[in-house]
Amino acid sequence: MTFLQYAFYFFSAALLFAACMVVGIRNPVKAALFLVLAFFSAACVWITLQAEFLAIVLVLVYVGAVMVLFLFVVMMLDIDLAELRAGFTRYLPVGGLVAALLVAEIALVLARAFSPEDFAPPPPLGREHSNTRELGRLIYTEYAYPFELAALILLAAIVAAIALTMRPRAGGGKRVDPAEQVRARRERRLRVINMKSESPGKSESAEAERETETPARKS
Amino acid sequence: MIPLSHYLALGAALFALSMVGIFLNRKNVVILLMSIELLLLAVNINFVAFSHFLQDAAGQVFVFFILTVAAAESAIGLAILIVLFRSRRTINVDELESLKG
Repeated sequence: MTFLQYAFYFFSAALLFAACMVVGIRNPVKAALFLVLAFFSAACVWITLQAEFLAIVLVLVYVGAVMVLFLFVVMMLDIDLAELRAGFTRYLPVGGLVAALLVAEIALVLARAFSPEDFAPPPPLGREHSNTRELGRLIYTEYAYPFELAALILLAAIVAAIALTMRPRAGGGKRVDPAEQVRARRERRLRVINMKSESPGKSESAEAERETETPARKS
Repeated sequence: MIPLSHYLALGAALFALSMVGIFLNRKNVVILLMSIELLLLAVNINFVAFSHFLQDAAGQVFVFFILTVAAAESAIGLAILIVLFRSRRTINVDELESLKG
């Protein structure tokens, strides 16, 4: 076996193990961490397929952003685990049956078609071949409009996520009300009072007097 | 070299495992979302494998789009989950039945 084969089988085993743990583990925080392991192993498998750009995007976007989001949410919510685990074993036979059927069907297909003779491994790419350049050429020419649509989908996701989770702070917070600002009149902000002129160096009684007369700003 | 069928078998096994996850954890919305992410990952593995063996980079462009949509989906799903937890104090699927006729 070559190094590539060792790497592929090792990372595949890690991926399947991590997926089993995600599905079966009790604690959602640990499930999220095993999902990180699964994504990382998948990125390594993709590197054996010479899809370097996507592998690095998977690590950056998924491990770096989406999984952190999952971890935040899991830690924010105060979940009763025992209640959520009820019925775990009850659905095991059904789930196992469906999974076994899926695997059997795909094994039937894989046994007949997709033999190494039909799909010969492609010739190794040259040293100067750049996966990123190839993808960029496709994205910015042939798939330019779908690419813009993907950007719009991300924008919609941002707007939706913020609009869903933002709520007005209790008590109004420290936000200013623009309508209130526009409606401001001089009479509501400023009060002109009559008082005697004073000479500097007078007694404290005048000081106290002045304090009582100091116009309070708008209440 | 590793034949194509091994990559397809890996994708199939991952898909089946995530399917079991959806069945087993059908009360916990967080694990359901994680299982859906794994399902999409299994599909992506098939896309990348075919793209490599057919020497057509368009498959990888589709993986790119799937990643985008999956990220948007999980972000909105988690936002909905938070709103749900604020109003109902639970994420148990069985108790989220106010729309049931």
